[in-house]
Amino acid sequence: MKNYLLSLIAVIVLALIAYVGAEAATWPQYVFGIIIPYLAMTIFIMGTIRKILGWARSPVPFRIPSTCGQQKSLPWIKQSKIDNPFTFFGVIVRMVLEVFLFRSLFRNTKCKMSKGGKIFFDLEKWLWVGAIVFHWSFLVVLLRHLRFFTNPVPGCIQFLEQVDGFIQIGLPGIFLSGFALVAGAVFLLVRRIVIPQVRYISLASDYFPLFLIIGIALTGILMRYFTKVDIVGAKEILMGLVTFHPSISANINGIFYVHLFLVSILLVYIPFSKLMHMGGIFFSPTRNLANNSRAVRHINPWNYPVKVHTYDEYEDDYREKMIEAGLPVEKE
Amino acid sequence: MSNNKKIYDKGIVFTGLVIFLALITFPFWYNRGIAAPAPEPELTEKAKAAKECVLPADEMKTGHMQLLNDWRNDVVRNADRMYVNEHGKEFNMSLSNECLDCHSSKEDFCDRCHNYASVKPYCWDCHIDNPKEKM
Repeated sequence: MKNYLLSLIAVIVLALIAYVGAEAATWPQYVFGIIIPYLAMTIFIMGTIRKILGWARSPVPFRIPSTCGQQKSLPWIKQSKIDNPFTFFGVIVRMVLEVFLFRSLFRNTKCKMSKGGKIFFDLEKWLWVGAIVFHWSFLVVLLRHLRFFTNPVPGCIQFLEQVDGFIQIGLPGIFLSGFALVAGAVFLLVRRIVIPQVRYISLASDYFPLFLIIGIALTGILMRYFTKVDIVGAKEILMGLVTFHPSISANINGIFYVHLFLVSILLVYIPFSKLMHMGGIFFSPTRNLANNSRAVRHINPWNYPVKVHTYDEYEDDYREKMIEAGLPVEKE
Repeated sequence: MSNNKKIYDKGIVFTGLVIFLALITFPFWYNRGIAAPAPEPELTEKAKAAKECVLPADEMKTGHMQLLNDWRNDVVRNADRMYVNEHGKEFNMSLSNECLDCHSSKEDFCDRCHNYASVKPYCWDCHIDNPKEKM
């Protein structure tokens, strides 16, 4: 079976489990609304810490920063301080720009052939655009959701809501980030399916998180604009979770539990999948090392003392025999 | 992953982990475990006596903003102020004169849930609080 269909079916089945469960009886609401979210949060935090400590224990034997500019050299040669950092500060600047702007993705190129049959590399920015839209809108959506997890809601979150919701068509007002998130995720998904080379290297684990996130975004949009959910009741459940007074009091539409369940699945999925790139970016040796091996001696951490037998010792061992054989010696 | 091995760059790694934990647990420490049950909007005697609003309470809870939006469009664009609900009861489509007639306290009714859910309706940009209520 096509691996993207497999991922799609997996997400649909998960959504159906939550929906049917929450609509059928009351007790599954406790499972999907309290037990699973707590479990998911615990697994997410523990799993992430475990992964990060694992990376922190892995030695990096060589300096392997990818250099994208002139390295520090003679004083009259201009150094590219961000693209070829020499100091820790330079590394921090480079890392911050990488995390917030995806500069390495901005350099994405595509191999093309000109009409004359000449191969050349052309800039290919669409992946970068899609990634920027997707990640930033996801962040805004995530921060906006703090209104369900804080009481009173901090002013900065309310401000973010106002900026995000500046378009008012009908009621409730439209949050742009939600639609940008779906657009970004769908673009990244379509890109994988449509471009043959990318489809060839795509696995089910590439499609699954995309379908999962699209599912989360769509159920959210569904609740806000279409099927409607009792927002106060929803906040009560979520506030119960974060204040450790869990309760399911309100009678809430099953879509809410689908949304919550898919988010729980995402949380559990993160530490064990490629989604850990959110932590892994900081552990990328090609980005987090300063290119200073001409000035600083870096010793391979797994170097062990090597047993050596120097020439002096060799000569001490065989001096008489060497003299007998007429070989030159250093000391008589 | 192997255990019992040295952790490299401990200072940076643990600083990063602490920042990660602080951010991810923000809602937990921000609320300091203070329970925040849903607020109860206060019903006036008149509202209690009427028993049912324009639509059933559940539908009002989730859909009152869309109803008001439809009402506004109807009144402003079609000059039609009459609304008949499914029980055949007639309503004057007016926030100030009809809604706020029963739910006469914006503070005790509207604001309670709106503040809880951090919703800032722009109704109040034009419609002042019920004139009957002393400012």
